[in-house]
Parts: sequence; structure tokens; C-alpha cells
Amino acid sequence: MSVDENTVRRIAKLARIAVTEEELAPLSKDLSTILDWVEQLGEVDTDHVPPMTSVVEMEIKMREDIVRHDNLQKQVTQNAPQSEDGFFTVPKVIE
Amino acid sequence: MSENKNLIEGATGSWEIVMGLEIHAQVASNAKLFSGAPTEFGAEQNSQVSLVDAALPGMLPVINEECVQQAVRTGLGLGAEIHLRSVFDRKNYFYPDLPQGYQISQFKDPIVGEGEIEIDLKDGSVKRVGIERLHLEQDAGKSVHDQHPSMSFVDLNRSGVALMEIVSKPDMRCAEEAQAYVKKIRSILRYLGTCDGNMEEGSLRADVNVSVRRPGEDLGTRCEIKNVNSIRFIGQAIEYEARRQIDVLEDGGSIDQETRLFDPRAGETRSMRSKEEAHDYRYFPDPDLLPLVIKQELVDKLRDELPELPDEKKARFVREYGLSPYDAGVLVSEKASCDFFEAVADGRDPKLAANWVTGEFFGALNKAGLQIESSPVSAKQLGDLIELISDDTISGRIAKEVFEIMFETGDDPAKIVEEKGLRQVTDLGAIEAAIDEIIAANPDKVEQAKEKPKMVGWFVGQVMKSTGGKANPKSVNELLAEKLGL
Amino acid sequence: MTELTKLTLAEARTKLAAKEITSVELTEAHLAAAKASDKLNAYVTLTPEVALEMAAASDARIAKGEAGPLEGLPLGVKDLFCTNGVRTTACSNILDDFTPTYESTVTANLWADGAVMLGKLNNDEFAMGSSNETSRFGPCVNPWKASDSDANLVPGGSSGGSSAAVAAHLALGATATDTGGSIRQPASFTGTVGMKPTYGRCSRWGTVAFASSLDQAGPITRSVRDAAIMLKSMAGHDEKDTTSVDIDVPDYEAAFTGDIRGLKIGIPKEYRVEGMSDEIEKLWTQGIAWLKSAGAEIVDVSLPHTKYALPAYYIVAPAEASSNLARYDGVRYGLRVHGDDITDMYEKTRAEGFGDEVRRRVLIGTYVLSAGYYDAYYIKAQKIRTLIAQDFKQAYEKVDLLLTPTAPSPAFAIGEKVNDPLSMYLNDVFTVPVNLAGLPGISLPAGLSSNGLPLGLQLIGRTFDEETLLRAAGVLEEAAGFSAEPSIWWTEA
Ligand SMILES: [Mg+2]
Ligand SMILES: [Zn+2]
Repeated sequence: MSVDENTVRRIAKLARIAVTEEELAPLSKDLSTILDWVEQLGEVDTDHVPPMTSVVEMEIKMREDIVRHDNLQKQVTQNAPQSEDGFFTVPKVIE
Repeated sequence: MSENKNLIEGATGSWEIVMGLEIHAQVASNAKLFSGAPTEFGAEQNSQVSLVDAALPGMLPVINEECVQQAVRTGLGLGAEIHLRSVFDRKNYFYPDLPQGYQISQFKDPIVGEGEIEIDLKDGSVKRVGIERLHLEQDAGKSVHDQHPSMSFVDLNRSGVALMEIVSKPDMRCAEEAQAYVKKIRSILRYLGTCDGNMEEGSLRADVNVSVRRPGEDLGTRCEIKNVNSIRFIGQAIEYEARRQIDVLEDGGSIDQETRLFDPRAGETRSMRSKEEAHDYRYFPDPDLLPLVIKQELVDKLRDELPELPDEKKARFVREYGLSPYDAGVLVSEKASCDFFEAVADGRDPKLAANWVTGEFFGALNKAGLQIESSPVSAKQLGDLIELISDDTISGRIAKEVFEIMFETGDDPAKIVEEKGLRQVTDLGAIEAAIDEIIAANPDKVEQAKEKPKMVGWFVGQVMKSTGGKANPKSVNELLAEKLGL
Repeated sequence: MTELTKLTLAEARTKLAAKEITSVELTEAHLAAAKASDKLNAYVTLTPEVALEMAAASDARIAKGEAGPLEGLPLGVKDLFCTNGVRTTACSNILDDFTPTYESTVTANLWADGAVMLGKLNNDEFAMGSSNETSRFGPCVNPWKASDSDANLVPGGSSGGSSAAVAAHLALGATATDTGGSIRQPASFTGTVGMKPTYGRCSRWGTVAFASSLDQAGPITRSVRDAAIMLKSMAGHDEKDTTSVDIDVPDYEAAFTGDIRGLKIGIPKEYRVEGMSDEIEKLWTQGIAWLKSAGAEIVDVSLPHTKYALPAYYIVAPAEASSNLARYDGVRYGLRVHGDDITDMYEKTRAEGFGDEVRRRVLIGTYVLSAGYYDAYYIKAQKIRTLIAQDFKQAYEKVDLLLTPTAPSPAFAIGEKVNDPLSMYLNDVFTVPVNLAGLPGISLPAGLSSNGLPLGLQLIGRTFDEETLLRAAGVLEEAAGFSAEPSIWWTEA
């Protein structure tokens, strides 16, 4: 089992997805099956191979420093599950 | 390694503070790093948010060329290596003011590498501080926690604004050095025009990494004090934090590596509870952005266009204007004061201009608690005053009176001199008449002066008094010497 | 099926131009077919008002002589493309009733050329799947049935709604996206043509992201020519997507010369995978024979790292997805499940909002990027990707195109593989390497399986050489003469 239940718990926390205790075992099994299968990549010698950075060769294009903008306050907040006075609102965050 | 003169005495011996700083400087640009939304401070909530900044589904970043150039300029200004190829990574974490669920930053391959700057210390010494790197990244939005009892309010206006994170080497050993470092970085950024350096508006924030150790020992565990937003607070935060760590260690405790906040009201640092959970940012290259490749020709062009920076200016002021290194240092430390000085000195006696700017002018500003930008006396007016001194229209002493009136009323010096009749008396006949009158009235003093030539000072004083201070001092001295036969 | 829905895109275009039919008639016919297709579950949102309004406007433009290249042609849109004012969900609960205020570049390009939107089509949740069974709206059903069973079959995935709608004549064509085979495999399962252009050919702006370095939009149609026509409009440089390439889009229809004499077609030996079924092998051999008799030269080539493509894909794609899907947090749009504090809200929202397969992939992606595993998994996979791209590059020194099967099997039954993620993943064995290398690929129907289901062949081209790909695909299409149609069972009461 390459991904044990504690690991599932830890990555679920990182990914911010609630996982119940009952779901831990099946998830651990599923993820382990998949990750055990990808282990076969270890057969390939990649010591001198650069990782791929862009799939087709092209140069990055840049944008001019020009403001292209309308006040989108209504548009960006109109799909919000909760908003008030043009703010998005969330349960209070304690720092 | 040089001896550290800044050791702190604890109950069990002396300690050394070691500090490195991460400065987040907002890039001076019209639009954000990856969107066309504006960057102005203080707009209505969520009114400067593009679809990209709000991370709506399917939105993609497009990099702002000017932000890249500003980073290169800054790198050059810090004497640092410019990397022609750099990579944008995603730093993944969840926070309500981070709409994408990741910050686009540069992790492994930043746009600027190692550099070095010099900082001036109060004892007149100069210290070199290493720059580790500079990278470009997005700012987050802002959460407001005090508007509602159970909710936080999120404003994404800042979301996506371009920041330069400038990371120093752990080269600083006392609060003064850290403060001087921040001032110097701010000064360089302002000269370059790459950041306005406004700490109140958050355009420049410092994270201070503080650790303590016994002199000569390995580095201790550090704590990071986040987002300190004034030079004064940086000093207070460091003093407090170093003392706290020493107390913990001397009590036999150990330091936890953690993020802390400085509370300016309490004057202390405290642990950020919400950030305590272990971070795993899962950095990886942003697949929406190709590697950032810039051409050497662009770097060369930007280097050629760089303005004169504070260190170069200081050297030139000493060399060309004959200013003392101290005066030159004071003048160049802030771009605003240096610009002011250069406007005052333009076409006038630079030494006199430097004396006036660093002396009367700064003194008056300080006393009034004013910034140079809100000075009631303009550079042109101060320059005019200096011209009035140089062409003998008024004496230096009268000039000080005129300056006081200028500072109060904002009037031009020529107008004040005219209205108050302060024009210097250069009419030799008038001065001679005054001298004759005093000599005639004080024969005993004349006798004494022949024995004691220093008595001439008394006569100068009398002449000035009778001319209302307006007599040309040089003429008075010459005529007196002649009349008294000295 | 009416006479109007029988038409190909190209035929309809001709009839519209000749004013033999109107766009409103054509659109009404397709809307009627779509409304009668609930059993297929291909459309998740039908937009008749929008469609008829656009059709009427098209008819007006045709009357004024201002017709665009796609004027009046009704199309379906995968629910992964954001459509202004029309609910867009990626078939995920987490998007709830999200209604964009903007239009994806690809669909905007289609509408600018005069096309008519019929509605939004089903897909696997966030395009993660090969059977369209992970959709929040339930599985889409393949219009085809096997001769020996009445079981409902999958239409392939993730663009199952697109392939099913086109196969069932519920649209003249449909937009789709392909991250690991999601255009070509469903095309193969439904007897349609599916084309994935070169990465960078179509803008990704406004399309819900799954895996940014792999995602690419393309058409599903009923003929190769129709694919060329749709792609011409969908493609093009977009300054809002800096990974979209700034080169001219050729006139793809001009590529159909019908002449492939001297063209070198590579047959990669590694695609002859262990356990390949006889009928797939036979189809492939038949395809080789057709191309050969059309004058192409057949060359054996080797793509030695082929077997590592799938495991590398199942690292790279989930890694990118785990980050791309972090924005679905219940703050600015979509579903929110209330929680005691902010973290609780995130965790509950994302647990309820994401289905099993999405959750699985987000967790895998999070794991392979996490501290201590990044180099072993993510970097390793990106290095494998370099090797796979090099394999293709070397092959293209010797050949102009590659011919392979599209999928290892015909369409399978709904529910057959849904609980076995790994066997589901193996569906993409022939399509995934193409995405990893960013190449263009096309699947076209070439025959029927022993139980009467369509099977596709895949041609793979050089980067940005879609023209050669289409030219050969046209010849192969002609040779195959595939004309089978599913029997229309879904309109029965
Ligand atoms: Mg930092
Ligand atoms: Zn930073």
C-alpha cells in the first residue's frame, strides 16, 4: 500500500477535501493501485533528460502595460454564493 | 569575518542577532502582472478586478512586459545578475484572498540572481549586504475581518498586482542595519522608479527573519516576522523578537521556526496561529505560462537607460560640488530630497545650496513635521534666496530671516526683501557715514581697539545695528579696518 | 431523422448558401431531434431561444449576402466551454448554476463565423473520464447498440455528449476537448470523426481547465471535411492565451486533394500492444492496406517509450488538475456548503462538489506534487514526456504521418469499468502519447466490430501540420466508406 490512510488524510487536508473515516480505506486502495502502476516509470533512465517545459516550441508573448478595464464589481460578484456591499463574504478568518 | 560590535548581553553571556529580510515591493506599473486591471490604491472594493484576477473558470494569465522590465531595472540597480531565462511557478495554498488557490511566483528560477548593496550606518561606516535573489509574483487580495461579527469580507483589488520579492542574505546584525537596509532598498527603488516605496499604502512591506546565536556559532532557528510596514516598527519588532528569543534560550527553551506578527500597539511579536499548520506549497511550473525568456539586448538597453543611483550621486556630489561625504549622504538618501537639492543647486553655488538644504530647510521641515513633498518653500524659491545671497542683495544673516518668512507665508524671497526693505546696503557712503558717527560717539572704544584689535567686532555690531543688519559685512569690515587704522 | 438532420455540415452549408433551406428550418429540425433524445442524455442544457434567435440573424445575413463561413449551421457545445449568459458547469456539482458573463474564444470564433448554438453537451466531470459516466447529470448514452445486446453503452469520454449528439444527428457538429483522448476515443466509440489539433492551435481562454499543458479543443463531426470546416473557425491566435500559437490558420479544405501518393505513413510497432483484440488488429491492417493502395509508402517505426505514456500522463494531468481545480472553493462562484470556519467550509464544499473520479485525481495530483514526492513523480513524468516527444520527432524524420488504432476496444457497457479506474485509464493507451507530445491527431470511423459497433483509426501528424493529416484522413475516409448509422431507438416512448 504505497498510500496509507494517514497519507490520504494528509493529502485530503492539503487539497481541502473532507474525507470521512469510512472513505479512507477505499481511497487508500484506489490511490495505491494507481501509484503502484505508475512506479514502472522507474525503469526508464532519465538522468540526463530535461523535464518538458513547453509542449510546442514558442516564445512567451507579453502584454503592453495598458489598463484595459471596466469596473466589473457586479460581474465578478454576481455568481458569488454570498456577498455584501461589493465584497465577497466568507466565514470569519482568524489570523 | 569582522567583529560584531552589536552583541547583546544576556544573563548567561552575549548573543548575536542574525537577520535576513524579504522585501515585497509593488512594481510601479499601470496594469497588473497578468491582467489589464489597474493598480491604483484606495479604489472601491472589487472595482479593480478583472475576470483573471477573480480566477473565473477558463481565465489565463498574460504577462505585463513593463513589470518584467521593472524587475530587470531593479536587478541592475541592485548590482545583480539578470537571468535571461526564468520560470513562473504556482505556489499552492488555500486562502480566501487568493482566488486561484495558488500564487503565481518564481521559485526555482527567478528573474534576478545574486547582487550586493552598500548601506550607510550612523557611525559613518559602510556595510555591504548581499542580495540573494529577486523574483516577480502576484499580490493577494485583502480580507477585512472587523466589518462583521462572524464573516470576513474579501476585496480582490490588489489580487494580481505585481510584486518584486527582494531577498537579502542573512547579513544584518542589528536593528539599525536592518533599518538602513530597508531605507537603502527603498531609496534605490525610488531612484529607479520601479516602486513608489510607500509603506503606509503597503507598496513596500518587509518580512524580517530573526535568529540569535552565540558569537561564532552556527545559525540559530529563525522566526519570520511578516509584513512589517514601517522602518520604525522594523526596529521595534527586531529588538523585541531578539530579546524574546534570548529569554527563551536562556531559560533552557528552544525556538520554534514559525511565522510571527508584529503588533505595533503592544510593541511585541506574536505567533500567527492560523499559519501554524505545516505548509506544503507544491510548487510546480505554471503550465499556463511559457518560460520567461528575455534578450541580452534588452538588458543592455535598460542598463544604458538607468538613472544615476544614490551611491553614484553621492560620489559625484563629493567630487564635483566639494560636499562632505556626510552632507552628500544625507542629500542622496531620499530621492525626493536629492531632486529638491539638485533643483536648488542648478546654476547656483552647490556648496551654499547643500548647506541651506541640509541646514535651514531640513531643520524647518523637521520642526514643522512636514515631508518634502508638502514643503511651503519650493526648490525654485530656495534657489532664488540663494541667488540673493550670492549676488550680495542680502547677507546670510538676513537670508535666514527671509527664509523664516518664506516658510510661514510661502512668499517669494524677492518680494519679502522688497516689502520689508531688507536689501543689503552696499552704498559705501552710507556705511562710511554710519561708521563715522559711531567712531565720533565712542572715542574710548577707538582707543581700546587700537590695543585690542578684537574690539573691532563691537564696532561691526554697532554698524549692523544702526543699519538694521543690512550693511554688507565685507564692506563694513574693510572700512572699519581703514578708519581705525588697524 | 429528418432530411435536414441527415445533412453533413458541408452539405447544409451549400444548401443554405443556395437558399434551398433556411437556418431557422435547419435549427428547428435539430432542436426537435435534441428534444426527443432525453434517453441519450446528450444535452445538459438546451438553448432553443438562443438558437432560434441566432438562426434568424443568420438568415438575415444570408439574405443580405453577408454570410460567414459557418453561417446558419447549428452546433452543440461541450459544457466545458464558457458561454455568455448560459449556465456552464463542466458537469460538476461544484459549479452549481454558474453562468459566465463571458464567452470562450473558441465558441466566440464559431458565433463570429455565423454558427448557431443549440445548447450545452454532456461530458465527464471536468473532462476527467473516458466514458462520460462521471457527469453530475448522469451518464450520456451511446446511440449505438451492439447487435448481441440491448445494454446501454458509453459514448466514450470525456466528450461523450458531443460524440453522441453528432452520431445521433442532434447537431451538425460539436465542440469538444481532448486532454488524453477525449475527442478521438468518443469519436471512435460513436462512428464519428474527432480531431484534436496541435496544442496551441485553439485558444484555451474561457474553457474550463483540466490539465493546462494537455488540453486542446477540437471538433467532432460526421465527416473529415466537416472537421476541417469547424476547425478553421475554432482555431487561431488569441492574445488572451499566450500558449496559443501566433501563426496563420491555413484553409484546411484546400488540403483535400485526394492525393497521398508518396506520403510516408509510419506504423509504430509499440502500438501492437499485448492482448490487442483480433478485430482491432484486423482494422489496423485494413487501414494500412487502404493507404498503401492509395499510393502511400508504409514504413515501420519505433516509438520506444510508448508504454510509459499512460503512467506519465496519470501523473502530469492530475498534478495540473489538482492546482487548476483549487479555484473551486465556494468563495466567488459555484457551490458553497456552510462550515464552522473557513477551512471547514472549503473541505465540505469540495467534498460535496467533486465526484469520485475528480476527487481521486485531485488527491493523486496533490500527492505527486507534495514535498518529497515532486522529483520522483512529477519531474520524472515530465522527463518521460521529453522522451516521448523525442520518439515522435525521430519518427517524423522518416515519415509524414502515423497510423494507429484509436482505442483498444469498441464502446463498452455503462457501469462496466466505472469501479476500476485503472482499466478505464487503459482506454486512452493510443491517444495519450499524442497529447503528451502536443501533436495533432484525428480519429475516423473505419469499420464495425463483430457485434456491429463502430471502430476508429487514428492518424497522427506533425506539429501544426493539420493539412497533411486532413488530406490523408480524407483519403482513408473515402477508402473506408463507412456509412453505418445507429438505429434510432431513443425516440421510442
Ligand atoms: Mg516570502
Ligand atoms: Zn512573496
